[in-house]
Amino acid sequence: MAIGVKVLERPRREVSYVRATLKGMALTFRHMFEPKVTMQYPEQKSTTEWSISQRWRGTHRMLTDEQGRSKCVACGLCPQICPANCIKLVPGEDEAGNRYPLIYEIDEFRCVFCGYCQEVCPEEAIHVGVHFENSEYSRGRFVYDLERLHSQTHAVSTLWDPSDPRGE
Amino acid sequence: MTPELKGFILLSVIKMVLVFTVLMVGVALLTLMERKVSAWMQNRRGPNRVGWAGLLQPAADGVKNILKEETYPGLASPWLFVLAPALSFIPALLLFGVIPFAAPLPVEFDVTVRFSFLGLFPIDLGRWAHHGLMPMVVADLPIGFLFVLAISSMGVYGIALAGWSSNSKYALLGGLRASAQMISYEVAMGLSLIPVLLLSGNVSFSAIIRDQQAGLWYVLPLFLSFFIFLISGFAETNRLPFDLPEAESELIAGYHTEYSAMKFSFFFIAEYANVVTVCAMVTTLFFGGWDIPGRWDEQGGVLQTLATGGFFFLKVMFWIFFVMWIRWTLPRFRYDQLMALGWKVLMPLALAYIMVICTAIYGIEHVAGIVDPKLRSLALFGVNVVVGLLIFGLLDSGVFIKGSNRPQQTSKALAKRATVTG
Repeated sequence: MAIGVKVLERPRREVSYVRATLKGMALTFRHMFEPKVTMQYPEQKSTTEWSISQRWRGTHRMLTDEQGRSKCVACGLCPQICPANCIKLVPGEDEAGNRYPLIYEIDEFRCVFCGYCQEVCPEEAIHVGVHFENSEYSRGRFVYDLERLHSQTHAVSTLWDPSDPRGE
Repeated sequence: MTPELKGFILLSVIKMVLVFTVLMVGVALLTLMERKVSAWMQNRRGPNRVGWAGLLQPAADGVKNILKEETYPGLASPWLFVLAPALSFIPALLLFGVIPFAAPLPVEFDVTVRFSFLGLFPIDLGRWAHHGLMPMVVADLPIGFLFVLAISSMGVYGIALAGWSSNSKYALLGGLRASAQMISYEVAMGLSLIPVLLLSGNVSFSAIIRDQQAGLWYVLPLFLSFFIFLISGFAETNRLPFDLPEAESELIAGYHTEYSAMKFSFFFIAEYANVVTVCAMVTTLFFGGWDIPGRWDEQGGVLQTLATGGFFFLKVMFWIFFVMWIRWTLPRFRYDQLMALGWKVLMPLALAYIMVICTAIYGIEHVAGIVDPKLRSLALFGVNVVVGLLIFGLLDSGVFIKGSNRPQQTSKALAKRATVTG
């Protein structure tokens, strides 16, 4: 009574209550026998309808060369561009004058997974990965050191390609 | 104590334990059924991890609820806060005590119980006897029906007190809504059952079932009563589309916002126990209780008791499924619509229906002189078809329920007002 609700004048068939209720019940009942859309996650990680995108930006990987050494040349571009300031890089240099990272750590808690590090890397060394299962038992384990970044095996992200904006 | 009294007490205790166990296990499994049915209606699978097809999910939930911390809000009224879950839980269980769940079972025994431990401490319990039919109901009250109406109204105390004692605005609003809603629909519910009394001439559930066996199930001769009772039943159990006391989008969780762990669980158990009871009431009053159509169920014996018990179970399960079905079909009422439906539609409708049925019964029994229960029910069914078509026609065209109680501002009325003022 006190609530002043504007009521539109509608044709009879639209304000029907009994028919609308029965129609709704038929609809909900029909849904009970339709195929289920649930994905049984831990057992089933992708289906024909859904799989994780190749452009997914997840936890990082550092690629290595044929001798198993890090591809990184410690140029310092990735800590420079990182908007979250999550990359710690201490460069070193060997006798031949090749630069390599003495310390390379990524704090995955600080990381915003923008993928700039991969985009900016001149050596295609650091990559964001197609990966989302990252649970650990301690917070400390989320700071990935160089060894950890080397040992990751998941696929690396393709990132967004301007010549193929829809990823086809 | 006479041997018969002792036998009666023994059987009653057995029936109590049986009903209590079945009801509690049933309620636990209903929470699973609710989640499964909800999931299926949304093209999901529902819980399927704990046990086979998720059958142990209620056990997991129970363990979780027992192990969780009981929180007490600092400003809550401690005694009432603890009392409220019990107050809503007990009436829900009490109600099932008067509902007959199977055909009477012939029980004959006459034994003398005397035993001793190792020849010492002889214990003499005397003679225990029972002869004749045992009604399959915990308490075959001669006023069963009135008992249900009285006790079901008590459930609102638990909810209102829970809302009040929590000392939280949302809980209080939920409690207020619950009291208003349950009191409103109590009226329509009570009135909708008067035609049942008129037709059966008795308030005991056993007599009502016997009358339905002799004639037709009351859903046919008293269709509108059934319809009103069903709607009020939904409102009484606070199920969608009448779940305003715990409307989560408006009141967080309504009256049980501040409850945690097992005390919260008690409200849940009470809600499901109420659903079971209302479904059992619908079955008993309008769908013949444990009656199986045809003559077969009048032969007596153990087999008959088992079959009728199973049939009663199936009927109740159907109505429980129906409650869940409606939950996912109809959206929640707005509060003024809820009150309007209760007071302006269902109550007058129930009153008018009583008049119609009174007149019809008088006409059939005294003017037309039909006394055969089957013919009488069929004649009433004819009356119901006419009345039902009329009512549903009006309901369908939106005459009873409108979007708002405010009179519609039609262009004609606006033009008229313009001429009056201008």
